[in-house]
Amino acid sequence: MRRYSIFAVARETMRGHKGWPKQWTSPEPKKQYDVIIIGAGGHGLGTAFYLAKEHGITNIAVVEKGWLGGGNTGRNTTIIRSNYLYDESAGLYNHAMKMWDGLSQDLNYNVMYSARGVMMLAHNVHDVQGAKRHIHANRLNGVQNEWLTPEQAKEYCPPLNISQTARYPVMGAALQRCGGNARHDAVAWGYARAATDRGVDIIQNCAVTGIKRSANGAVEGVETTRGFIGAKKVGVVAAGHSSVLMEMAGVNMPLESYPLQALVSEPVKPIFPCVVMSNTVHAYISQSDKGELVIGAGTDQYTSYSQAGGLHILTHTLDAICEMFPIFSRMKMLRSWGGTVDVTPDRSPILAKTPVPGLYVNCGWGTGGFKATPGSAHVFAHTIANDAPHAINAPFNLDRFRTGRLIDEAAAAAVAH
Amino acid sequence: MLLIHCPYCDEERPELEFRHAGEAHIERPTDIKSISDEEFMKFFFLRDNPKGVAYERWRHMHGCGRFFNAVRDTVSDKFVMTYEAGKPRPDGDELRAKSKETNQ
Amino acid sequence: MSGANRIAGAGRLTPAKTVRFTFDGEIYTALEGDTLASALVANGVHLMGRSFKYHRARGVLGAGAEEPNALMGIERDRARRQPNVRATVQEVFEGMKATSQNRWPSLAFDIGAVNNLMSPFFAAGFYYKTFMWPKAAWQKLYEPIIRGAAGLGVSPDEADTDHYASRYVHCDVLVIGGGVCGLSAALAAAKSGASVVICDEQAQMGGALAYENGVTLYDEAGFDWAGKTAAELAGMDNVRVLTRTTAFGYYVQNFVALSERVTDHLAEPDADLPRERLWQVRAKRVIIATGAIERHMVFANNDRPGIMLSSAARTFLNHYGVAVGTKVGVYTANDSAYETAFDLKRVGVSVEAIVDCRDNPGEGKLSTAADLGITVKTGHSVTNTKGARRITAMVVERNGGGGAKTIAVDALIMSAGWTPSVHMFSQSRGKVAWDADTQRFLPGDYAQDCVSIGACNGTEDLQASVDEAIAAGEFAAKAVGGKRAANLKIAASGGGGWSGGVAGSADGAGPDTTVKAFVDFQNDVTAKDIRLAVREGMHSIEHVKRFTTNGMASDQGKTSNIHGLAIAADALSREMPAVGLTTFRPPYTPVTFGSIVNHGRGQLFDPTRKTPMHGWAEEHGAVFEDVSQWKRAWYFPRIGEDMHAAVNRECKTVREAAGVFDASTLGKIEVVGPDAAAFLDLMYTNGWGKLKPGRCKYGIMLREDGFIYDDGVVARIAEDRFHVTTTTGGAPRVLHHMEDYLQTEFPHLDVWLTSTSEQWAVIAVQGPKAREIIEPLVEDIDLSNEAMPHMSALEGKICGVPTRLFRVSFTGEAGYEVNVPADFGRAVWEAIWERAEPLGACAYGTETMHVLRAEKGFIIVGQDTDGTVTPQDAGLSWAIAKSKPDYVGIRGLMRPDLVADDRKQLVGLKTKDANTVLEEGAQVVADPNQPIPMKMLGHVTSSYWSENCGRSIAMALVAGGRAKMGETLYVPMPDRTIEVEVTGTVFFDEKGERVNG
Repeated sequence: MRRYSIFAVARETMRGHKGWPKQWTSPEPKKQYDVIIIGAGGHGLGTAFYLAKEHGITNIAVVEKGWLGGGNTGRNTTIIRSNYLYDESAGLYNHAMKMWDGLSQDLNYNVMYSARGVMMLAHNVHDVQGAKRHIHANRLNGVQNEWLTPEQAKEYCPPLNISQTARYPVMGAALQRCGGNARHDAVAWGYARAATDRGVDIIQNCAVTGIKRSANGAVEGVETTRGFIGAKKVGVVAAGHSSVLMEMAGVNMPLESYPLQALVSEPVKPIFPCVVMSNTVHAYISQSDKGELVIGAGTDQYTSYSQAGGLHILTHTLDAICEMFPIFSRMKMLRSWGGTVDVTPDRSPILAKTPVPGLYVNCGWGTGGFKATPGSAHVFAHTIANDAPHAINAPFNLDRFRTGRLIDEAAAAAVAH
Repeated sequence: MLLIHCPYCDEERPELEFRHAGEAHIERPTDIKSISDEEFMKFFFLRDNPKGVAYERWRHMHGCGRFFNAVRDTVSDKFVMTYEAGKPRPDGDELRAKSKETNQ
Repeated sequence: MSGANRIAGAGRLTPAKTVRFTFDGEIYTALEGDTLASALVANGVHLMGRSFKYHRARGVLGAGAEEPNALMGIERDRARRQPNVRATVQEVFEGMKATSQNRWPSLAFDIGAVNNLMSPFFAAGFYYKTFMWPKAAWQKLYEPIIRGAAGLGVSPDEADTDHYASRYVHCDVLVIGGGVCGLSAALAAAKSGASVVICDEQAQMGGALAYENGVTLYDEAGFDWAGKTAAELAGMDNVRVLTRTTAFGYYVQNFVALSERVTDHLAEPDADLPRERLWQVRAKRVIIATGAIERHMVFANNDRPGIMLSSAARTFLNHYGVAVGTKVGVYTANDSAYETAFDLKRVGVSVEAIVDCRDNPGEGKLSTAADLGITVKTGHSVTNTKGARRITAMVVERNGGGGAKTIAVDALIMSAGWTPSVHMFSQSRGKVAWDADTQRFLPGDYAQDCVSIGACNGTEDLQASVDEAIAAGEFAAKAVGGKRAANLKIAASGGGGWSGGVAGSADGAGPDTTVKAFVDFQNDVTAKDIRLAVREGMHSIEHVKRFTTNGMASDQGKTSNIHGLAIAADALSREMPAVGLTTFRPPYTPVTFGSIVNHGRGQLFDPTRKTPMHGWAEEHGAVFEDVSQWKRAWYFPRIGEDMHAAVNRECKTVREAAGVFDASTLGKIEVVGPDAAAFLDLMYTNGWGKLKPGRCKYGIMLREDGFIYDDGVVARIAEDRFHVTTTTGGAPRVLHHMEDYLQTEFPHLDVWLTSTSEQWAVIAVQGPKAREIIEPLVEDIDLSNEAMPHMSALEGKICGVPTRLFRVSFTGEAGYEVNVPADFGRAVWEAIWERAEPLGACAYGTETMHVLRAEKGFIIVGQDTDGTVTPQDAGLSWAIAKSKPDYVGIRGLMRPDLVADDRKQLVGLKTKDANTVLEEGAQVVADPNQPIPMKMLGHVTSSYWSENCGRSIAMALVAGGRAKMGETLYVPMPDRTIEVEVTGTVFFDEKGERVNG
């Protein structure tokens, strides 16, 4: 791999940037691979990369029905944080958090991880109790998270409205300083380039139409729009489409797929220094390096694969944004879009072996998978390589829905009493 | 915002009046106490989540308050039909006829 | 004088009606009806902005919504500052203040323009390849610089003082676009009896007729016909005509969102008028008549001020009466630009040359040019331009190079052809189809009940377009049941075609050059950037777009998308559709958040629910807390008291005398019918059959998975009638949950459910003097312990109004909850208060309620439980009827993890130091000295200072907690570790005698 650096850029500048090699190639699929990953998003490409880098498995195909990075990787609001409550979640997300710091260097691709801080607002006594519970648990788990008074929150994020006469006044906030965001496309591209460099075939425009199993039930490969591709191990990393793919192997999943929308404003000069989330009023906002306000909405209420949702969902989100940040009322929505997110009953992901030998699944990230990308890919690669989970993802199995040992972050956020 | 036909009110009303209530035709086992852990998981957690024709439940929350079933395409979000709770799952022919109707 | 470039006799504005405005502090004169762009061009100002990345000097490109360059800040006052306004859309008004953007210190001398010199380094995607070393410099140095360079305009920094409005409309036919086709279709539909809404983004209907001065309809000048037709439509009862209104979003089932600009063009808007109005239209059929947008030519330095689309120059001339220059050059790949050149020449503007990259222009163009004395250079290209802040010359060469000639010009108009505006069609989820003959994407398969007509449908000839429009209007009316036949015929003549031209880079900016030939002006994306992306492996247009940011600026690629696609396709040697077309997403043009939010601000952001006694609490100084949508009185401080002092006093008073508490927010459901008890048996873990009328019981409701969902006291009013109470926040979901089971799983049960939460006001009177307080007010109910013991509920009267009187206690004291019809709530409260106050009782709020119940170990669902807690975990096994065959949650509770013995169980915690109050949410560990990550046993769910116990009290969920009674555990805080003892959850009156009074 030709390394990227300021010197390489300078050299290419001298010759009109004619010498840059392809970041990834477009190979024809081979007949047989050691591992097939279905889905070329951040998690899937990352899995291929870590399989190659850490487990010496390089005969890998990543098959993608569209263009790499075109699913939820390229559609999310890029929030990165790890201040989850339960030990299992803290373990998984903090594993990812540690990997974000240094990912650009690992991949030799600037993913623009920006530790600008993620601030989660508390609007009532119940929110405060929840936030404090998180902060205390996080501290003892070695996860950054701290409490801010409304005044401190305002200092950290000047556009914030902390008027106590607001409909839902800010009573404080939990701040994770190492939280922030990253450039989503660069994550997919960085992994794609690094995986390609290690011999991985990324096969785009190749939709999986079936998962073939042998007489004894084990996986033999995948049927695709470009023919059959064989492999003894197949990892499904298909976000919103996990149910559809797992169904091809005869596995019914505890998943439902919902539309999730986001929007950006027109670009403006720097005005918003961090990421702010409010679960109570349902709004997520940051400002991109281009100057656009990046705003995440909630899901629509019905299941759908349409990658589109209703205007009233965006309206509700913008209501909340203008309530918390009244200065943004004149900002203009420039572009809105939708993705399809697969949601588990306990809102925690599944990163596990399946009842089908040789079939592995990484899914159920709901609205928050981007932040976990490096950590998820890393432990999922371990799971595929060893046919056994890493200690970090062992709790995120399918059996929890039988035993009841759920990792229920949503329930832990509880409901107003 | 979807426009939904309530089979009880026999009216098309905006989605804001309704609440989606998950997959349809999942029956609570009559002797739920005696089913296995696996069967409970299947009943309570596993879902078809189809891409395409889905059978789902809605409630006309801010209308008549009734739960009813719908057939909807989860790719186009188009409703093929809605029908009263307790009615059997419509078969293929019925769906095709309905689908033709709505496309006209 | 309204500008040196105003041509006498040209355009439609009235010379006498002048207005004055400022641009970057300079005062200019415009005519009423001018846009900011036309007014500036009239005054000879072409430099209007700076590009995003290279800070290149830019003039106006278009005359409408597609504008990428001329973006400005418009400010009425500090709170009403609007960034990124397209000067081509903004109408001038008297006193308007406009400011240029993305430059410092001034538009003419912009330090940021140094980026332009560095531009060879700043190729597409360069930042992915650098700024990685040294690692620490990213956060400290590189990232702040990159972030500092963000954005074009400046965000307002004060809360918007304008207001916005919203309307919902149902109609038979919505027509998007008020050009010749939209108007014709609307007229046909309306005359056929359909209800019609027609909208157009411009101030006046007419669309392209504003500049197409050769068009006649019924022998009338096109724009005049448009005005008359719009007036005719506006006069019809079944038609709504909306100008300055952009259809920006097309959602499922023909739901279309429009944004109307109501006051942005007014000098002194009426304060009652909304600034903008959101229209949410549900149409039976939609007719899309959105026309086409002209593309620029992609060639070296095609971005200097003074270079613009031919349609823009023609609009400035024919509508605003403004010449874009005195020596105009033309560069074209289709016939449209000829018409502009001819119009300019006819009013006396010198046209230096028409450079046509084609060898054979359309029929009649060369002869007309010859007649007018205009030089046409066919088979030639413009290969470069000169000029700093305005174009001064164009370099013309033969195609393929050679014969270079520099021609002095002060404006250059260009046309690479027209892109049909398929945005709304695509947003409706229709699939665009590639038309290989005309090299255009056109509407293909429709997904909704809509139709495209005219230029956006690729229809060429004017008469054919009008006929198509009329047919569409009549068909739409008929399809929705219109009875009449309009049989409309409109004779049309004139107008040019929409096909022809080139997509991609023109000669001189081809594959092997590294010149700056701009594709996306605002984002500074050049043809070579797109080729670089392809070289680096970006073979999908989505990758190209994201890598180069082509089409992602505030104009969303209206002029650049097709060029970018063509260049990428060319570099890949593939057909354009094989490379893909990026999806069109809402909004069509940017829409203010204010317009979308409209009324949903401040107190209308979310409904505020107030109890009947809210006013009394306010008058008595209560501090309120938000509990879901409710405002609840939190505590009642007296003068000089802080929260702590007030709560201590209230807690003491309740136990020593009595307290009065507003419990109206509790959810209430009336469960009625012969099978009511059987139904509750299924919904709650408890058994209800044996409960006698007049008695009540605490009930626990589970989800099917066995976790606690809600709790509350349930009273049996009669054999077939129960009064169910729920938590404050839980009321709607509990009713929904009950209805779900009743309607779908247990429909054989004859039961009715009715929400009565807001029908009853509830006044809790608690404490030793509770009976004394209410006794004189109550009729028909014997309050004696014998007749009405703890956990009774009887009907009677209080203060002469009907009551359901509950003898229940959430405080551990003897007490009542007085339910009265909500309308009498305040009167009864005041009557009770009148008795209570002299007896030494106080009014208390939710905080005191919380402390008192914690002293008794009563849980609050949602605080001491969190959706992962079973009744056994919460110490409520006693509330599970062991003999019942079924209830919701029975099977869930049997799952392996729910019966495991290391589960977290609710226990009490006493701090070793009685004065230390634990923090709610603090974590409990067995070994405080273990390294991080620590093994945590659980967390503190409730914690208070208890004035009645004279110490702190707390409850916690602790793993295996009930087996740890008496053990010492630790709560590690940032600054210290707190020792605690595990105890039972009852801290006060352990024997529970006080409830009996």
